[in-house]
Amino acid sequence: MKFTLSWLKEHLETDASVEDILYALTDLGLEVEEVSNPAERLRDFTIGKVTRAEKHPDADKLRVCQVETDEGSTQIICGAPNARAGITVVVAKPGTYVPGIDTTIGVGKIRGIESFGMMCSEREMELSDEHDGIIELPSGEVGERFTDWLAANDPAKVDTVIEIAITPNRPDALGVRGIARDLAARGIGVLKKEQIDPIQGNFPCPVNVSIDEDTRDQCSVFYGRVIKGVKNGPSPRWLQDRLKAIGLRPISALVDVTNFFTFDNNRPLHVFDADKVAGNALRVHRAAGGETFEALDDKTYTMSEGMTVISDANGVESLGGIMGGIHSGCTDETVNVFLEGAFFDPIRTAYTGRALKINSDARYRFERGIDPLWTPKGIDAATKMIMELCGGEPSEVFIAGEMPDHSRAYRLDTDRVQSLVGMVIDPDVQRKTLSDLGFSLDGDMAHVPSWRPDILGEADLVEEVARIASLSKLQGQPLRRSTAGVPKQILSPMQKREQIARRAIAALGYNECVTYSFIDHASASLFGGGQDVTKLENPISSEMSHMRPDLLAGLLQAAQRNQDRGFSDMALFEVGPAFHGGEPEEQHLQVAGLLIGRTGPKDVHGENRAVDVFDAKADVEAVLAALGTPAKTQVLREGASWWHPGRHGRICLGPKKMLAVFGELHPKILRDMDVKGPAVAFTIWPENIPMPRQTIATRPALHLNDLQAVERDFAFVVDQSVDALTLINAAAGADKDLIASVRLFDEFKGGSLGADKKSLAITVRLQPTQATLKEEDIKALSDKVIEKVTKATGGELRV
Amino acid sequence: MEELRAKFINAIAEAGDEAALEDVRIAAVGKKGEVALKMRELGKMSPEERQVAGPALNALKDEINSALAARKASLADAALEERLRSEWLDVTLPARRRGQGTIHPVSQVTEEVTAIFADMGFAVAEGPRIDSDWYNFDTLNIPGHHPARAEMDTFYMHRGEGDTRPPHVLRTHTSPVQIRTMEKTGAPVRVICPGGVYRADYDQTHTPMFHQVEGLAVDKDISMANLKWTLEEFVKAFFNVDNVELRFRASHFPFTEPSAEVDLRCSWADGQLRVGEGDDWMEILGSGMVHPKVLAAGGIDPEQWQGFAFGMGIDRIAMLKYGIPDLRSFFDSDLRWLRHYGFAALDQPTLHGGLAR
Repeated sequence: MKFTLSWLKEHLETDASVEDILYALTDLGLEVEEVSNPAERLRDFTIGKVTRAEKHPDADKLRVCQVETDEGSTQIICGAPNARAGITVVVAKPGTYVPGIDTTIGVGKIRGIESFGMMCSEREMELSDEHDGIIELPSGEVGERFTDWLAANDPAKVDTVIEIAITPNRPDALGVRGIARDLAARGIGVLKKEQIDPIQGNFPCPVNVSIDEDTRDQCSVFYGRVIKGVKNGPSPRWLQDRLKAIGLRPISALVDVTNFFTFDNNRPLHVFDADKVAGNALRVHRAAGGETFEALDDKTYTMSEGMTVISDANGVESLGGIMGGIHSGCTDETVNVFLEGAFFDPIRTAYTGRALKINSDARYRFERGIDPLWTPKGIDAATKMIMELCGGEPSEVFIAGEMPDHSRAYRLDTDRVQSLVGMVIDPDVQRKTLSDLGFSLDGDMAHVPSWRPDILGEADLVEEVARIASLSKLQGQPLRRSTAGVPKQILSPMQKREQIARRAIAALGYNECVTYSFIDHASASLFGGGQDVTKLENPISSEMSHMRPDLLAGLLQAAQRNQDRGFSDMALFEVGPAFHGGEPEEQHLQVAGLLIGRTGPKDVHGENRAVDVFDAKADVEAVLAALGTPAKTQVLREGASWWHPGRHGRICLGPKKMLAVFGELHPKILRDMDVKGPAVAFTIWPENIPMPRQTIATRPALHLNDLQAVERDFAFVVDQSVDALTLINAAAGADKDLIASVRLFDEFKGGSLGADKKSLAITVRLQPTQATLKEEDIKALSDKVIEKVTKATGGELRV
Repeated sequence: MEELRAKFINAIAEAGDEAALEDVRIAAVGKKGEVALKMRELGKMSPEERQVAGPALNALKDEINSALAARKASLADAALEERLRSEWLDVTLPARRRGQGTIHPVSQVTEEVTAIFADMGFAVAEGPRIDSDWYNFDTLNIPGHHPARAEMDTFYMHRGEGDTRPPHVLRTHTSPVQIRTMEKTGAPVRVICPGGVYRADYDQTHTPMFHQVEGLAVDKDISMANLKWTLEEFVKAFFNVDNVELRFRASHFPFTEPSAEVDLRCSWADGQLRVGEGDDWMEILGSGMVHPKVLAAGGIDPEQWQGFAFGMGIDRIAMLKYGIPDLRSFFDSDLRWLRHYGFAALDQPTLHGGLAR
């Protein structure tokens, strides 16, 4: 909402400075977004008089002028065709910033002759587009500030323009008068009395208006009158200046009048050319659907059923509360005008405007709510202005429908301000605040003014009182602790787990990313998503059309971008939600890590190598351990399609409960996502890891044994298809008490073993608990290890 | 005897390596060495002679042994010196690489905020990112026609043919978590709700996803003055300053009443923010007293309970605190950015250890 200071002062009697007004506006909740003060910008320009002007000896188009200024006579070279002796001009002396050419004037030589300033055109001072020559003022004293001259002779040019943000609850502040009312309540001046005299019609209104019975809740009341014999044309300067200052384009006197009241009093009006209203009757009704309508913005709209439209015998002429039609609009030829002021329902207006995507000043106001009771006054005030600007003779006012009754009252509990806000405000001050805002007080009951549709309860009264008193006066008061003593742990076990996962992975050298929750359809599809239920109805781009089914998709895209930047090796991770459906509960937490390229750049130690599955496995195991995963997990295959079929493993507790997966990404995925491999990754589902059963902090006792541990190595030849883990588990099972650990230290293929065989070598560590092991004990145990392993794997001891 | 002594002491001193020294040892004090031979001669001597020669021989043997040991040690030292001389390395060579991981500023700042509010008794609540329009709007006093709905640039989920329910939304704020929490715990309640939110907007200062933290405190007697104190304490702790000045400015949010935007007194110099001084005011959050309709929607009787709520941008306060210029860069995963603005794994923010290193 834009307005000018002088417009505000039409409603507000005040001596307050602009700064005070701006501060109060923002503090009242009418946040000042932009202030444009031309006087500030032009304060250094002064008035001068050209006493002599001679042709520049070396340039035909330049003149050497002697100009009388407040600092005496000075020489200025000027190229304007109208620069001549005797004219009164505006001078920018050296040091003055000229906004229109974005230059600070200095002393300079032009073709060998010194120049001590500049005489300006209107465009150079950003006053207008006028640039045919320098300004010639009809009056003005040498040395006078140009802005003072403007203030006296052309005040609109130095009017401060203020733009404020309007919160949806304050339609009243969409009119200058509403803004003035708030300021007056705050004590910034006095609200001027409204002077609108009823205008009697001289003849019955020749246009008949009806509202269909089923449309009464969409348009409860419609006021209209014809003014005949008007002469339309450009509106006068003051009105044009005012509209231009707030960014509106003057159209014609009749249209400008309606725009004036839209902004002056939040009262949108519409003018029809009465001679174009077919059948001399307008009918307000619900659209049947399918009608088309050519609006004032030159676009054609198709109505949906139920939209509020105004039709004549030819069809739809206006979209109620949103925009008029081009066919029945006023033009310079209009001689009989029909003025409309109606009350359109906010909800219906909002839906219609949204459906047709029309953003008009009228829609903006009707959907927030106008003051219905001011409608007759608006009609009279606009009639008066039309008659002043265009002449004409008014008809009587035709009224269709009934004024809606929005009257209501709420109890003002003056203690409530203190208990809810924590401010002490005298009850009398509270009452005065409300009455300044237009509430009428009847005992404790505050009757809400018709222009405040947002006031819907006692809490709203408190808000008004506190707002006008100024929340900036609020003093903080300590919030009582909710529990005495040391605060308890507040993170849930899963929240704690998320933090641990994040920091454990970062400690392993990964960089955490936060990527968008939505990705493109192709990438989503590669990772098992991309279904319609996870599709956004209104994505901002096709790159962000579907909710991500898996974090790896986003990480691979991030890797691809980094490869484009010249990074070939990287470790990225993310912790966040993935979406397996479109319902609120179809979201789960994932922890994903991605390793790409080599373990490091080429280095002097020659130890770098391509990342492989076992890097990912090491990292996933470290993170799982940090999350408290039980030791006994299985590694299964047959994971999702985006893994290399032979090079991935699912870490599971039982066949159904998958805790994590690690592996090499499928080459097709890398190809489709344009990522250069090698790429290995892991994904963890922290919610699947069982929570520890016991919550006590005590650890089991530590039993240290002084007896000497013994290690024995074994090598077995097994089929290639045998899992190492099967062999290790079998060996460990040979004696659960004595065998402390089984470590696999070698895998060998080829040689004399044959194509489908491999050799696996393990170290078994025996830790006696009762007595030192004798050679025969060790022999017996070794035999048992061999027996167990050969039985479980079908292999044999390598000799 | 003296001759013998001089010969061996001299030979020991001249032995150039351990082998030569061993030869001297065997020749001198070995089983068949000259000293041993002399010892054997003792038996042939008279007791008187023996009385003199015995101790002298023993002393000689000891002396030679000590000299041998000393020479051996000095030879070993010399050999070690020699080896070390050849073991010189250029220690300015680069070390073996160790990956440096980082924590994203959004995660770090979320933990900082959590640490501060935890001390004031606020738990952490979470909720779904895809939510019903009921939770995202209706329960928060934003009915279907409310202009705030249109202004929120909401992302809607696709609705399949025949599914007549209103489309779900990507939550536009973390406020629906307030409602879900109130439904679950009732009053009194104190929670913060951090997390990602979504709005269909993308330009220099907006991204379609960003992060918010919502705060909610409901009790019998919580007032807006408590809200102001809570936020003052938060800002002091978060920006690590002793004094802050907050300005409450009347505003409007459908879910609070009264509502206030909160500005922070600050100054900007060379892109650095200084909190608590200067002449600038910077808007940092929106807040207010929970609207009675919102309490009721959460199943809490507004006649008995009242409280405050606030919401602020996590990315935004991260940008302010750490001088990060561009919001869009948060979600770009540029390695250079992650390494520059990220935090070390062990740099976990705590109140006792400090919120930032």
